[in-house]
Amino acid sequence: MGSLSELYQNVILEHNRSPRNYREMDAVARKAQGSNPLCGDQVTVWIRMDGDVIKEATFQGSGCAISRASASLMTGAVAGKTRSEAEALFARFQRLVTGTMEPAEVESLGKLAVFSGVSKFPIRVKCASLSWHAMKEALNSAEPTHT
Amino acid sequence: MTAAITPAPRPGSPAPLDVERLRDDFPILAHRVRGKPLVYLDNAATTQKPQSVIDAVTRFYSSENANIHRGVHYLSERATEAYQGVRERVARFFNAPSPRQVIFTRGTTESINLVAQSFGRSTFRPGDEILITGMEHHSNIVPWQLAAEATGARLKAVPITDAGELDLEAFDRLLGDRTRLVAVVHLSNALGTINPVREIVTRAHARGVPVLVDGAQSASHLSVDLQALDCDFFACSGHKIYGPTGVGVLYGREELLERMPPWQGGGDMIANVTIEHSTWAEVPAKFEAGTPMIAEVMGFGAALEYVEAVGLDAIAAWEDQLLAYATARVSEMPRTRLIGTATKKASVLSFVMDGVHPHDVGAVLDDDGIAIRAGHHCAQPVMQRFGVPATARASFAFYNTKAEVDALVLGLKRVRSVFG
Repeated sequence: MGSLSELYQNVILEHNRSPRNYREMDAVARKAQGSNPLCGDQVTVWIRMDGDVIKEATFQGSGCAISRASASLMTGAVAGKTRSEAEALFARFQRLVTGTMEPAEVESLGKLAVFSGVSKFPIRVKCASLSWHAMKEALNSAEPTHT
Repeated sequence: MTAAITPAPRPGSPAPLDVERLRDDFPILAHRVRGKPLVYLDNAATTQKPQSVIDAVTRFYSSENANIHRGVHYLSERATEAYQGVRERVARFFNAPSPRQVIFTRGTTESINLVAQSFGRSTFRPGDEILITGMEHHSNIVPWQLAAEATGARLKAVPITDAGELDLEAFDRLLGDRTRLVAVVHLSNALGTINPVREIVTRAHARGVPVLVDGAQSASHLSVDLQALDCDFFACSGHKIYGPTGVGVLYGREELLERMPPWQGGGDMIANVTIEHSTWAEVPAKFEAGTPMIAEVMGFGAALEYVEAVGLDAIAAWEDQLLAYATARVSEMPRTRLIGTATKKASVLSFVMDGVHPHDVGAVLDDDGIAIRAGHHCAQPVMQRFGVPATARASFAFYNTKAEVDALVLGLKRVRSVFG
């Protein structure tokens, strides 16, 4: 059983209070929405690409501390990554929050490692991955028409 | 503070409950969760079950199990009798004129769907209106959307005020020549508002419009007298009144039930079947196709028997005290806002804390063994009306104590200490 302080690590609480990259982007950005019908959480993720590289990612939405902090850290983590690097990072993040990652590998995730406690709270896995799913969908969405 | 909000016993009011003794009837209340004593404040989602209900289900499967309305053997006869006996108990409990008007369903949701699919689809015409309210549970919205889509009828909703009460002037305006049915919740699961359903029925009947009352929450908190209420349909669930899941009731006015077509076909609901044509059984069998949830009906009967023994008036009086106490204590907390401040409320305390999402409130409380609901409570239009994505909701049953309210308040202070 997980403890509350493992779930709500200080970095998560801090990003919940002051989320980074919390803004809309204009029409040059790709955009996708994610929602969790079970709890009503909603997030919109914008991505600005330069060729194959994510130049910038932002988000807005409403959700719990886990989903908000996760979106905030995700937008920072994928900036500067190529499409395939971002998708690979998402795959590793999923292994982290579902508890299927080797402990030795956790550290390599950097700041994202603060979500390791989520794996002890199965119902919060969706909260942590909501914005990542939206990011992936935005990556795969059509090129914006107003370029 | 406490003295001011605790109503003095009125003359003729029921004897107070011995809550500590009654708690012993509910085995789960002695359990610990996450190493802490369980504080169960999610009764609007489902109530806990007394031993007598658990025993009734077990007894049925251990020594009484047989299908009903089948064959001539001893067990089947006994099961049939017991099943019909619960129907009679339900009729008495809600003061329905006759057990013929009591249909067993899977729960409130299925009861409302039955009315929407049978009464609705056979009655509504293009341009007709179904009048619901902005306070409804999704189960009293979506079935009407489906019926409206199938018939060309339109759905309208009575707005709610800032306090979370129905705007009755708007109701009068919306109740029109094309209104074919009013469907309204008795006691709101998201706000705790008790709606003036008797008054709504009077106004609707004055225009010849039948009324369905969603009694999912009210059945266990208010004394429901169907003949006094005079509504045309009433729906409720066994599991919200200390009974098993998977069983509920639809009560209907007899002439409407007679007129309505069946909504599901199968065994038990027919009089005679040929390959070309079938004729229907009498009500209520016409609406009970297939083998029903017999064991659950037995448990439901035991639940009503239990509630009768405790007494709904005494239950309501204690729950009112608990709600008043919890309302006062939670209101004292800084940066906390109650959602739903109607004059007449029961059992439900919905609130939001500035800067903390309700899910996080729920997670911190859960760590203390306190069970509340966090979310939209299957009433998203209510959330939209109050401009919140979700609320935290504590909902009470008669087995809750003021000490449990104190534990909730202590838990909320911990929420503040974690989230600032």
